[in-house]
Amino acid sequence: MTLSAFAQAVVDGVLTGGVYALMAAGLTLIFGVMDIINIAQGIMVILGAYLSYELSAHVGIGLLPGLLLTVPAMFVLGVAIEFGFMRRLRDQDRTQMSILVTYAVAIVIEGIVTAVAGVDYVQLQASYVNSSIHMLGFYLPDIYLIGFGLAVALMAGLYFMLYRTKFGHAVRASLQNRTAADLIGIDVSRVRTISVGIGVAVTAVGGMVFGATNAFNPNTGYDLISRLLAIVILGGMGSIGGAMGAAIFLLVINDVVAVWWSPTWAPLVYFAALVVVLSVRPRGLFGRAAVRAQ
Amino acid sequence: MSEPGSGAPGAGMHAIPAQPPPARRAPVLGAIGVTLAVFAAFPVLFTDPTTTSIAFFTLIFMISATAWNIFSGYSGYLALGHAVFFGSGAYAVAMSAKSWHVAGGWPVFALLPFGGLIAGAIAIPVGLVALRTRRHTFVVVTIAIFFIFQLAATNFGFTGGTSGMLFPIAPFSAANYNQPFYYVALALLVATTFVSWSVRRSRFGLQLLAIRDDEDRALGLGVKTRRVKLGAFVLSAVPVGMAGGLYFYFVGQVFPQFAFDPLFDLALALMAFLGGLGTVAGPLLGALVLESLQQYLTQTFSSDAIYLIAYGVLFLAVILILPRGVVPSIATLVRRRHAARSHPAGTMPEPRLRETAA
Repeated sequence: MTLSAFAQAVVDGVLTGGVYALMAAGLTLIFGVMDIINIAQGIMVILGAYLSYELSAHVGIGLLPGLLLTVPAMFVLGVAIEFGFMRRLRDQDRTQMSILVTYAVAIVIEGIVTAVAGVDYVQLQASYVNSSIHMLGFYLPDIYLIGFGLAVALMAGLYFMLYRTKFGHAVRASLQNRTAADLIGIDVSRVRTISVGIGVAVTAVGGMVFGATNAFNPNTGYDLISRLLAIVILGGMGSIGGAMGAAIFLLVINDVVAVWWSPTWAPLVYFAALVVVLSVRPRGLFGRAAVRAQ
Repeated sequence: MSEPGSGAPGAGMHAIPAQPPPARRAPVLGAIGVTLAVFAAFPVLFTDPTTTSIAFFTLIFMISATAWNIFSGYSGYLALGHAVFFGSGAYAVAMSAKSWHVAGGWPVFALLPFGGLIAGAIAIPVGLVALRTRRHTFVVVTIAIFFIFQLAATNFGFTGGTSGMLFPIAPFSAANYNQPFYYVALALLVATTFVSWSVRRSRFGLQLLAIRDDEDRALGLGVKTRRVKLGAFVLSAVPVGMAGGLYFYFVGQVFPQFAFDPLFDLALALMAFLGGLGTVAGPLLGALVLESLQQYLTQTFSSDAIYLIAYGVLFLAVILILPRGVVPSIATLVRRRHAARSHPAGTMPEPRLRETAA
């Protein structure tokens, strides 16, 4: 493998890693605030991709303007799921039960998507999906750049919201200690509902970019959720910055192996990297000791 | 079956339902005997091949869910990668039958313990790596290891790649083809349930339960937590490996995408949860209900989509209505009624605030 092919693979890995980081950031936010592992996050990304697909193919609304509709729609879905199911889980075994509940939600969403859209693979189309620019010796597909730009902007927005706004302080307070947050007058259940809404809303953007760069069908959600979970664990659960670092680390490994060895072995190395890192550092690449007081 | 003479002082003694007092042992043994008789008679009474194959699949899941529960139910560590052992057992049996030129029929059944042994051997390094992490991280690590095995089975040459491996053809007559598989599965189920029951009653089982309740305290009290967890993990892998070998021998062929199926991992967890995590009877009941229901739904709804929606909605309803599972909920109910009967109005002891699932 030549050096330039290696460099190209690294650049691709960083760009796609940004988009995975955004999808994983939603997952890690939901875990951080609710102690809930949202197995449905993968199929939600696929649902977001299908919404973009229906809008662009049948209504005539382009991928980027369509986000103005799909993001609020996914936000409402997240709020509804939190309201309907997640808040009903008892505190003692919330995380374990959440895996089952959100998996059931994933099955239902998969069934609905299959009923409406069928199981054939589709891919999103737009003028910027197949074009690319040539810069510094690299071919950079426009959609990768758009996706990376969107992801970085949204993650910066998420960071700003969490660390610079009053709502963000409320989120972090409920994350650290629910009882204390309650006592100082934070409406913890409202904070939780909105956080889950935001965590799910990012899948609309992630789904649009994922759908434009990969062919997908309702089944793709399972592969995706496994990759997202690997990112979240490697980055340290609840850490948005960690998700970014871990996503780029894993996707660069994935893309380099795909070029240097073979695309069929790349997913295996992706998961093997997680296992190797965790057996050396069980708390993840960027994870700290438990911050939660409860 | 009220206990004569068990007055007020001894009333709080129902906390350990695993060891019923002698007076209640006879009906329990009777119930087990009747259940066994029903299972043994089933293929004689219902000879339709569609029915017996559904019964066989149900037994396979009863074995696997019970075995899964020996580790995950008792220790509280949710493992979502037991398809690794299901698939490895199947491949071990298929490969050994091929390379040792084993004839189809009963000799292949004799290879099942070998499949279990290989699954157990694979569980040692998998457990050593995965059990370095705790709880939530452990769940994800088992998923990751599962994908590694699935991809390896697809990519390596010696597994036959995507076209999989064939088993020797079983020379049973078409009319009675299912029966031998059914009875082998039933024998394996009885053995697995016995192991699960013995573990639940043993010191080893108590150590696992201690880990479930508070791992750090268990460690502090001198439980060798890593060794205990690894032991249970390996023990739970062996029957799953044998079930995998049996299942794919019945199907006749093993493919990577079916041998290492993520839905299998979740199905076991769901079955155990439905019946009652950490109980002996729970996974049996959960698998019996869910697998037969799933097979029924698949055959009723020709559309995959409607089947998925029906299954998912049902699944949600069960978790939200019976969050602790059927067996613990019934056990609590029975215990309450029993307590109410032995304590006339006014002398009822205060109910405990939080009971751990028995």
